[in-house]
Amino acid sequence: MAFLRKIQRSDFVYYFFRDPIAYISFGILLVLFVGAFAAPLIAPHNPYDPTTIDIMDSELPPVWASEGSARFLLGTDDMGRDMLSTMLYGMRISILIGLGAVLLQATIGIVVGLLSGYIKKLDAILMRIADVQLSFSTYMIAIFIGATFQMMFGVANYEKIAAPLLILIIGLAEWPQYARTVRASVLAERRKEYIEAARIIGLSRLRIMWRHILPNTLSPVLVISTVQVANAIMSEAALSFLGLGMPQNKPSLGSLITSGFEYIFSGTWWITIFPGILLVVLILVINLLGDWIRDYLNPKLYKG
Amino acid sequence: MDKLLAINNLNVDFTLRSTTLRAVNNVSLSVDKGERLGIVGESGAGKSVLGFSIINLISKPGRIASGSVLFQGEEISSYSYEQMRQIRGNRISMIFQDPMMTLNPVLTIGDQMRETINAHASMSATDVNAICLEKLRKVYIPSPEKRLDQYPHEFSGGMRQRIIIAISLLTNPSLIIADEPTTALDVTIQAEIMDLLLELCETEHMGLILITHDLAVVSQVTQRIAVMYAGSIVELGATEELITNPQHPYTRGLLGALPQRASGDGRLNQIPGVMPGLAKIPEGCSFRNRCSLAADICLTKPLLERKSSGNQVACHMVK
Amino acid sequence: MFAFTVRRIAQAILVMLVISFIGFSIKHSFGDPVRELVGERVTPQERSEIREKLGLNDPFFIQYGRFLKSAVHGDLGRSFFFKKPVTEVILAKAPATLELVFCASLIVIGLSVPMGIYAAIHPKRLLSRLILGISIVGVSMPVFLTAILLIYIFSVELGWLPSFGRGETVRLFGFWDSGLLTWDGLRHLIMPSIALSSIMLPLFIRLIRSEMMEVLETEYVKFAWAKGLKPRRVWYVHAFKNTLLPVITVGGVQLGIMVAFTILTETVFQWQGMGAMFIESVSRADTALMVSYIVVVGFIFVVVNTMVDLIYGLVNPTVRIAGRK
Repeated sequence: MAFLRKIQRSDFVYYFFRDPIAYISFGILLVLFVGAFAAPLIAPHNPYDPTTIDIMDSELPPVWASEGSARFLLGTDDMGRDMLSTMLYGMRISILIGLGAVLLQATIGIVVGLLSGYIKKLDAILMRIADVQLSFSTYMIAIFIGATFQMMFGVANYEKIAAPLLILIIGLAEWPQYARTVRASVLAERRKEYIEAARIIGLSRLRIMWRHILPNTLSPVLVISTVQVANAIMSEAALSFLGLGMPQNKPSLGSLITSGFEYIFSGTWWITIFPGILLVVLILVINLLGDWIRDYLNPKLYKG
Repeated sequence: MDKLLAINNLNVDFTLRSTTLRAVNNVSLSVDKGERLGIVGESGAGKSVLGFSIINLISKPGRIASGSVLFQGEEISSYSYEQMRQIRGNRISMIFQDPMMTLNPVLTIGDQMRETINAHASMSATDVNAICLEKLRKVYIPSPEKRLDQYPHEFSGGMRQRIIIAISLLTNPSLIIADEPTTALDVTIQAEIMDLLLELCETEHMGLILITHDLAVVSQVTQRIAVMYAGSIVELGATEELITNPQHPYTRGLLGALPQRASGDGRLNQIPGVMPGLAKIPEGCSFRNRCSLAADICLTKPLLERKSSGNQVACHMVK
Repeated sequence: MFAFTVRRIAQAILVMLVISFIGFSIKHSFGDPVRELVGERVTPQERSEIREKLGLNDPFFIQYGRFLKSAVHGDLGRSFFFKKPVTEVILAKAPATLELVFCASLIVIGLSVPMGIYAAIHPKRLLSRLILGISIVGVSMPVFLTAILLIYIFSVELGWLPSFGRGETVRLFGFWDSGLLTWDGLRHLIMPSIALSSIMLPLFIRLIRSEMMEVLETEYVKFAWAKGLKPRRVWYVHAFKNTLLPVITVGGVQLGIMVAFTILTETVFQWQGMGAMFIESVSRADTALMVSYIVVVGFIFVVVNTMVDLIYGLVNPTVRIAGRK
């Protein structure tokens, strides 16, 4: 109870519930997450089960259009899959890849950041790599790595292991953000006297890094993590659009948009537009929350 | 004597998170023509906010809640933006605390001087340049002609503060507000800058409001001193009288903390506790929690009144 | 300034070496130069003879050295699909991409500067909130989706603008096919440029706004107000000049990054530029062309970054003076 009361009184909760953008975004995100992860339970159809799909149902418009069918709320795609169900399953894949990729980039980035912030010899090399990668844009790097992988494995094999590969690609492409952030706060932290004290006591470097410096770098890591999840989901969508992402039989939101693109010229707009809207809403609420957390943790800006 | 500036019952509020903090609390002050007034207090006492509120340039979310500011007989606190702009840097100049931060790094000294004149008068370029050079000479900048085309980072801190003083002189203001003008400088340069300010005020017959936490500095330069504590003036009077015969317990504490005034046992007197933040100022006398003389009567706010010493003191315990 | 320039160019060369090395490694592992030269119908015996003749059995680093040498002379190999040297293919496609990036940059710079300044100066006004609101939606919108939406609205529903290709082009200087000089070419440019700028515009607005707001809080801006300067002078001279420095560094790099997004934009609009060519070369497993694209784009990025740094050195008096000594 005491803990709950402490949370209730904290600034965080106070500002959170005073800012409609923050709690509405959070609410929408919660709904989207539940929708995505409970997809097998709540989706009206199972898009992965070919026996339930009838090609005769393909390209049906949403229920409110004149030719719509009550069985398919948002219509069907070119293969006759229910749009709503496919989108929910697709969002689950997008979110999983996004989270997985961020976990990977955070791990690489934190290790690199700690090393280069604490060991001078490594700093120059590691940070140059990070700089070059950032100056090329992480998208470009991801596309290059994706193209190379596709060549390495061949298109068919690539599609089979697309999900873990995409996590790997995006993780490898976007770690420099973390490395830079962590390095900056390590440099700020190690000048402080408690680190000096820890060294004088005779603690090992590893222990100082792990127990003393790392915990203090976590708040900036948290700030960029939200935005990085949004970026990773966007990268996945872009890769899928270029044919370097999820295959059509296990589509993410990005590959759904792609498959609908061909049909847009014949007026079958819903195959592209619905997943597009869902993707934008998902990324938007994550970005809005990320902005809010950044403003909250940086009170100087908040007052302005 | 003519009043140059008269502040009456000025209140400045900062609105944060639904609560309102009063940074300047019912302050009344006046500066005569050519007079030098010191405002002394710890950081956070509201002295800088008071200084900025005179030209209505308080950082957001601060604003003047009530009170009047009479400058040369004009009520300037209610002036429009444009009217106020014509006073700033023209009839009232300011000198800031840190000369390393005050000059724009990407503009030359000449640009930053000329624009000040151009904002307030229309003159030919040669006249403007002549004024700039004249003022640079006044603050003893060697070979000023060359200096005009240089950037701020080519000057030392002391030189920059001289340039800033020169900028404040450009329009021949009748009042200069100097906000901790020497705090960021080396001790040896501090004295030079203070001497320069004193000299210029005397030769140009300018009024000066010197805002500082340093009683030693203020006692050498000013004719009167106002001591601020937690947004209010607690003692106000002639420098000589206030330094030699402080009345308010806080002023006494401040003076007791100066090394040259410490009693024989070799220890500096400290005021117990710290000044409360604006949100935690106690009711009644704001100093009572730290005061050795505090009594029940201190629960009501003492007014700034003339006491037997001749100075105005805000304390129930001083007769 | 001289030492600074030399150091910066040395860095650029180093980065180019690394990129070429990565490019060559990919080519070495996955490419098949024999196929690039003679196609797929050769006997294994002929094949091994050709391999020997081409020096493909030499040690890795000797081959890399050869690759570097011919790369410096502008020879990056042959595309097996186009049956032409890749440099020729890329040069033919480059104008389309560069014109697209150029138009998108104009849109980005022309709109972001006034919008960013406005939002920084008047943070509480409705219009500023609107600008910021739209820009966060813009940041959250993938480029290809913006492009698809534009096509759906302006080509499919309204039928106002063409949805693919470059339209009528004019040949300039004997090699540059420009779409900027014909009405049809310009009409084809509109949507791709907007789509391409849609990702950078919100970033620029937010960048300019936040940098400018930070500058507006500084002591020297406060001093400028205290000098009684007119608001225009404080905003556009004192504040904006200082905002420019970080904006040039970050912004210059970001404009270079737009080249990366041309891959997406060109694919949607079937714009015959380098980006679409790259994706086609990936799906055709045209290794030489793909690697050359990486090297050429890497070169563009390195040049842009180096130039941005040098310009920064020119604009910033602190760097300039430090270099003079």
